[in-house]
Amino acid sequence: MQTLEEFRQSTRAWLEENCPASMRTAMEEDEVVWGGRQAKFKNPDSKLWLERMAAKGWTTPTWPKEYGGAGLSKEENIVLLQELQRINARQALNSFGISMLGPVLLEYGTLEQKAEHLPKIVRGEIRWCQGYSEPGAGSDLASLSTKAILDGDDYVLNGAKVWTSYADKADWIFCLVRTDFEAAKHSGISFILFDMQSPGVTTRPIRLISGASPFCETFFEDVRVPAKQLVGKLNDGWTIAKRLLQHERTMISGFGLATSNAGRKPDSASIEGVAMRVRGDTALLSDAVLRNEIAKHKIDSEAFAFTSQRSLEEAKQSKGPNATSSMLKNYGCELNKRRYELLLKALGTQGLGWSSQDYSDFSAQELNTTREWLRSKGNSIEGGTAEIQLNVIAKRVLGLPDMPTLTKKGA
Amino acid sequence: MSMVLNEDQRMLQESVRAFCQENAPVSELRRVRDEQDEDGFSRALWQQMVALGWAGMTIPEQYGGFGFGYTGLEIVLEETGRTLVPTPLLATVLLCGTLLNLGGSETQKSTLLAKIAAGEVLMALAHEEGPLHNPVRVATKAQANADGFIINGSKCFVLDGHVADQLIVVARTSGEQDSTNGISLFLVDRTAPGVAVQRLCVVDSRNAANIRLSNVQVAKDALIGELDRGYSVLEKVLDVGRIGLAAEMLGNAQEVFDRVIEYLKQREQFGVLIGAFQGLQHRAAHMYSELELCRSAVRRAFSELDGAQEEIPVLASIAKAKLSEVLEDVSNEGVQMHGGIGMTDEFDIGFFLKRARVAQALLGDANFHRDRYARLNGF
Repeated sequence: MQTLEEFRQSTRAWLEENCPASMRTAMEEDEVVWGGRQAKFKNPDSKLWLERMAAKGWTTPTWPKEYGGAGLSKEENIVLLQELQRINARQALNSFGISMLGPVLLEYGTLEQKAEHLPKIVRGEIRWCQGYSEPGAGSDLASLSTKAILDGDDYVLNGAKVWTSYADKADWIFCLVRTDFEAAKHSGISFILFDMQSPGVTTRPIRLISGASPFCETFFEDVRVPAKQLVGKLNDGWTIAKRLLQHERTMISGFGLATSNAGRKPDSASIEGVAMRVRGDTALLSDAVLRNEIAKHKIDSEAFAFTSQRSLEEAKQSKGPNATSSMLKNYGCELNKRRYELLLKALGTQGLGWSSQDYSDFSAQELNTTREWLRSKGNSIEGGTAEIQLNVIAKRVLGLPDMPTLTKKGA
Repeated sequence: MSMVLNEDQRMLQESVRAFCQENAPVSELRRVRDEQDEDGFSRALWQQMVALGWAGMTIPEQYGGFGFGYTGLEIVLEETGRTLVPTPLLATVLLCGTLLNLGGSETQKSTLLAKIAAGEVLMALAHEEGPLHNPVRVATKAQANADGFIINGSKCFVLDGHVADQLIVVARTSGEQDSTNGISLFLVDRTAPGVAVQRLCVVDSRNAANIRLSNVQVAKDALIGELDRGYSVLEKVLDVGRIGLAAEMLGNAQEVFDRVIEYLKQREQFGVLIGAFQGLQHRAAHMYSELELCRSAVRRAFSELDGAQEEIPVLASIAKAKLSEVLEDVSNEGVQMHGGIGMTDEFDIGFFLKRARVAQALLGDANFHRDRYARLNGF
C-alpha cells in the first residue's frame, strides 16, 4: 500500500513528465476541452493532455477502475488536485458527464448502463447535456410536462426543454420526462438517457445578453427511446433529479472560489490589480471606497474557500453532497457576480466596450470582462435560482416550516 | 492543518458546553450587572474554570501549563461566547499570557506563566490610548533612569484593568508618534504609586478601565523583551487576541441565530408559525450562510496558530473583519426577529447585542481589518 506521501511524489513525477508546457498556462474560454463526437482542440497539446489524463483515469480520479476511473481515495484525490494546482495545470476535460451524470449513474445506474456510458465519459468521447427546465417549468421544475409514453420496448417522447446547456454540441442527453400523468407532480417523473441524433430531436441556440449562446431550446417530436435507457425506477426520477442538482450546485459553487494568491501581491488580472493600473496607483489603491469593497470581497472569497475546504473534510464523514451544497452554490454565485461588478467599477468606461476591430480601443481582456459580467447574471438563476436555494436552506437545513396554504397542492 | 475538530477536541467541546450551560449561563452576566459585582466576574467560577485547565491550555508544560494549544482555547472561547459569561480569559490568558510567552524573559515566564495557569494572578494589557484601535499610536512615555524607568501617560478601555494584579503597559521609549520603532513593554504593578485606575461602566456589563500613569517607577527587569522593539511582539499578541475574540463572537452569533430559529418555530401569527414566512426564511438562510463562512474563518485562523503561523496576520484580519461584519447583522436580526419581546430587558437577546458592539470595536473593527488586509495584500 502506497502512503499518501509516496503517492504525492509519484504524482508529481508523472505530471512533470506528462503535462505539456502549454497546458500549464491560463486558459481562454475557447480553449476549454469538452470532448464529444465533435470535439475541438484549438491546441494539439490539449488532445495529448486529455488522452494521457484519461489513460490514467485522472479525468475522473475517484471513479472505480472498472469504469475507467483511477479509484483514488478522497485523500489521494486532494493530493492530485493540489499537485495539478501546483503546476497550474489546465483541466484536461470539462464535462457535465463528469460533474453531473456520472455520480448519479454510479449511484442509481444498472451495471449495463454504467459499463456503457461511464468509460466514454472518462475518455471524453461522448458529450452530455441536461434536459431539465421547460418553458413552463423553471423554479417549479417538478411541474414539467415533456411526455414519455411506453410503446412496445420504447418510450415515445414529445415536448420541449429550454436552457439546455450546449444542446447543439452535445451527443447525448439526460432528461426528465413525465411518465405518470395521474400521480402528484413529484411522483410521475422519470430520468432517461438518449442520443441527441435520434430522429425527432431539434435544437435552437438562445442568444444571451452577453452575446454568447451557451444554451438552447430543445424540441422532441415522437422521439423513440429504448425503455432500458431509463435510469433508476420508473416514476422515481425526482429522487435522481434532486441528487444530480446537488452535484450541479457543488460544481457551480466552484465559480466563486478565489484564485490562489501566493505571495499576496496584486497580479494584473486581480480586481485590485486592475483598479490600481487604471488609476495609476502604485502603493495603495487611491479610491478608498472601492478599496474597502474589494477587501470585503476578497475576505469573503477566502472565507468561502475555507468553507469549501471544510465542507470537503466534513463530507469524508458522510456520503456525498448534502443540503449545504445549496449554501455553497448560492454564496459562490453571489461572489462571482460581485466580482464582476467590482471589475467593472475598477475598469470605468474601459469595462463597457462591446467589440473592437483591432483591440486598440478595448483590449481583449476588457471586452471579455464585459461579456463575463453579463454572463455572471445567470449564475444565480441556473441550477436553481438564488431564491430556491434559500428556500432549500430554510427548509432542509434549518427545518423551518412550510407555508400551509402552499402545501395543499403537494408543492 | 485541519478544518474540522478531531475526536478529543469534540469531547472537550461537549464538556465545555455542558459546564457553561450548567454553571455559567447568561443569568451569570445578568447577576454581575444587577448586583454591580465589584470584580465584574465571579472569582469562584473562575477557579472552577482554572481547575478544568482553561487558564493553562496555551501555556507550555515547562511553565506550569498543559500545552494543549490554541485550538483548546478556541473551543472554550466560543462556548463562553455563547453564554456571555465574564471571565479573565481574554485579558489574562489570551493577551497577557501570550505576550509573556512570546516576549518574556526566563524569569518572567517561570514566575508569571505558572501563576496564570494556576489562576493565582490576573493581568491586563494597557495598550489603547484613544477610542479607535490604533496599536502604533503610543504617546505614553517610559524614560530610563538610574533605577529603571519612569512611566507617564494615559491608557483607555483596558480590559480587566481594575481587577488586574499586574498590568503590561505599552510605552514609547524612543521614536516618533505612530512609529513602530521605539515601543517597549513593561510590567507594572496595578497598585504601584502613580497608577490611577478608573473603572468604566460599559454597555456590555463587562470589565474595562481607564488608567493614568503618573511618574510610575519600575525596575529595569520590568521590561519585557527588547528595549524599543516591543512592537513585533505586541502585533503578534494582538493577532492572537483578534482571533480569540473572533471565536467568542462566533459563539455569540451562533447562539443568537439558534435562538432566532427556535423562536421562528414557536411563535404564531396570522394562524401560522412565523418561520413559514419567506421574508424571514430567506433572512435566516442568509445568516446561516454567513455563519458558515465565519466558522471557517475562525477555524482556519486557529489552525494557523497551532500550525505554520506564517499567515497569522492575514488570517487574523479575515476572521476579525468577517466576524465584526456578520455579528453586527446577526445581533440586529436577533432583536428584530424576536419582535417586541426582543426589546425587553427581561429577555436575554439584548445582552448579545450589547456584547456584540464591544467585541466588534475591540482590537479593530471591520473597517480597520479590511484596511489592514488590503495593505497586507499590497493594495
